[in-house]
Amino acid sequence: MTGERKLTTQKAIAEAIAQEMDADPTVFVMGEDVGVYGGIFGATEGLLDEFGPDRVKDTPISETGFIGAGIGAAIHGMRPIVELMFVDFFGVCMDQIYNNMAKIHYFSGGNIKVPMVLTTAVGGGYSDAGQHSQTLWGMFAHLPGMKVVVPSNPYDAKGLMIAAIRDDNPVVYMFHKGVLGLGWMTNNPRATGVVPEAPYEVPIGKAAIAREGSDVTIVTVGLSVHKALDAAEKLAEEGVSAEILDLRSLVPLDREAICASVEKTHRLIVVDEDYQSFGMSGEVITTAIEGAFDYLDAPPVRVTTPDTPIPYSHPLEAWALPSTERIMRAAQAMLVAG
Amino acid sequence: MAVPREHLIDMYETMVKIRRFEERIRELYFADKLPAFDIAAGLIPGEMHLAAGQEPVAVGMRPHLKDGDAITATHRPHHLAIAQGVDLNKMAAEIFGRDTGLGRGKGGHMHLFSTEPSFGCSGIIGEGMPVAVGAAMAFKARGTANVALSFFGEGAANQGAFHEAINLAALWSLPVVFVCEDNAYAISVPKTASTAVTDNSDRAAAYGIPGVLVPDNDPVSVYEVMGAAIERARGGGGPSLVEIRTDRLWGHFEGDADAYRTDDFKEDMNERDPLKTFAQRLLADGVLSEADITEIADRMHTEVEAAIEFAMNSPYPAPEATLDHVFSERTVTL
Ligand SMILES: Cc1ncc(C[n+]2csc(CCOP(=O)(O)OP(=O)(O)O)c2C)c(N)n1
Ligand SMILES: [Mg+2]
Repeated sequence: MTGERKLTTQKAIAEAIAQEMDADPTVFVMGEDVGVYGGIFGATEGLLDEFGPDRVKDTPISETGFIGAGIGAAIHGMRPIVELMFVDFFGVCMDQIYNNMAKIHYFSGGNIKVPMVLTTAVGGGYSDAGQHSQTLWGMFAHLPGMKVVVPSNPYDAKGLMIAAIRDDNPVVYMFHKGVLGLGWMTNNPRATGVVPEAPYEVPIGKAAIAREGSDVTIVTVGLSVHKALDAAEKLAEEGVSAEILDLRSLVPLDREAICASVEKTHRLIVVDEDYQSFGMSGEVITTAIEGAFDYLDAPPVRVTTPDTPIPYSHPLEAWALPSTERIMRAAQAMLVAG
Repeated sequence: MAVPREHLIDMYETMVKIRRFEERIRELYFADKLPAFDIAAGLIPGEMHLAAGQEPVAVGMRPHLKDGDAITATHRPHHLAIAQGVDLNKMAAEIFGRDTGLGRGKGGHMHLFSTEPSFGCSGIIGEGMPVAVGAAMAFKARGTANVALSFFGEGAANQGAFHEAINLAALWSLPVVFVCEDNAYAISVPKTASTAVTDNSDRAAAYGIPGVLVPDNDPVSVYEVMGAAIERARGGGGPSLVEIRTDRLWGHFEGDADAYRTDDFKEDMNERDPLKTFAQRLLADGVLSEADITEIADRMHTEVEAAIEFAMNSPYPAPEATLDHVFSERTVTL
């Protein structure tokens, strides 16, 4: 049965790009090691063979140059997909991203569109240390003018990629290394799932309930969705019913879905692999306070990465990043408190 | 330039030490990641970029260094750190994530920082070059006759920081030597597909400074060229740019299938392995005997083994130590 076909998240991303390149000759890919290598995380696997070097371009290590070039191409009739290998490398090229890609539409009074996708790998948990393990989505989401999506599973990965390519706005597409199902990362069964073959879109700006529950809402994104699902399974054995809301998009943020779930469960935990302060966790909690204050039975709690660089040493990193255990402890403490 | 005998021997010994260190890290990196490779598992989890084949770059500059000189290096830093004399025990311990490491386990193999000697490295391509410029500013302001050396791959020469840093150093006539380790590849992308000029040393002309190419991955050629560049910088003559053609014998990182380089390419490369060819030359020239070669190998292997043992017997930091060292006093909580 074709409907039951299973793919890893990585293969689902590559398939989405291939299908859109097939359908639209203006779509092309560039970035470091996207050609022969197929992308360090496999997001462009097989594309060079299928579409050739004019549409799948390996670049020098010149992020300001080729991300800026993506903007120019997008303004002039192309739909580029540009890969920034790790989000941590944004430092060398952020001007093009937030002062240019994100603002040209606004500065032009809506006359100039920048239909570009900036793909980038995020996340830690495999001891790649402080310049290769960050998520940083809160920072991208903070800066106006770019949509930000973060799929947690193969189905959403394909549908969000297709939606991002077809979107007339710049979209930052962040894939967490731990949800890709790569053979060289720790095995993750949740990284493989049913993916329809025909192209489809997952709407940008809509959250999904990853698990229904009634006692506590856990709002999260990326690999932490998997950790929250693991925690919810264990909490269920203790009689605690947790609802997991997978945001999928940070910009636009599905504030209605956050409030609706809090109105149902009366309790809110936010799990965010990004740094704690000034980020997604604060935004989600503010959303609940603004929109569902009367429904909250307890102060919201967050499980995040503390405001420290991500340490290399394994026991430190494991302690710093949100874990299934930390999520469980947060839920237990909240329910004991009443 | 005739190379003094003791420098030839010192360079060879250091090459042996570097190669042994990289071999042992490689063995231990894979030891508990097989049969199914999992980058997150084992004694040394995470990415690992090793420099086997690039030893001549490191040992050729070594005899010219003085106390107080600074080095900035890259994601592939071990050979340079060892050649500069960074504490091998603490370096190994950092790679193993232990509390006794250079950075108490915070940094790991891409973030090795040492004060004496002054060594730093980074996982971001091109990041070290401007920092070397600043080190040289400090040397000039403080009137020390020190030199900053910035090492980077040929892939980094297309990063904006390369051009900005060289222009600054030239403009202010600072004691910096920029050293490009051209191993022909930036992960899978060959230099021919990334760089509009054949020799990065030619780019020196754009900033009015000397650019020198070392075409042969030979420790003696590196010694000569680096000797001249360092002497010039130390004497107030300003910066220069050196490009050294070298070989990355192994994958970009450990676990890299390395399918983008042909078997022929890899065979040729292994044939000209600088460790072998340098040993043969020192034997032929009568600098070393077979017995010396064996003795050096034993001594260097023992030293490397002691460092690995020190690392593996050291404790991990306490998890809460995560919160230390963001600032000089602890202000962060979980
Ligand atoms: C700013 C930035 N872009 C991309 C990368 C990913 N990256 C790590 S190593 C590497 C290749 C570097 O090639 P080169 O400078 O030639 O050094 P080599 O690995 O050959 O020693 C790349 C692209 C990075 N670390 N930083
Ligand atoms: Mg290189």
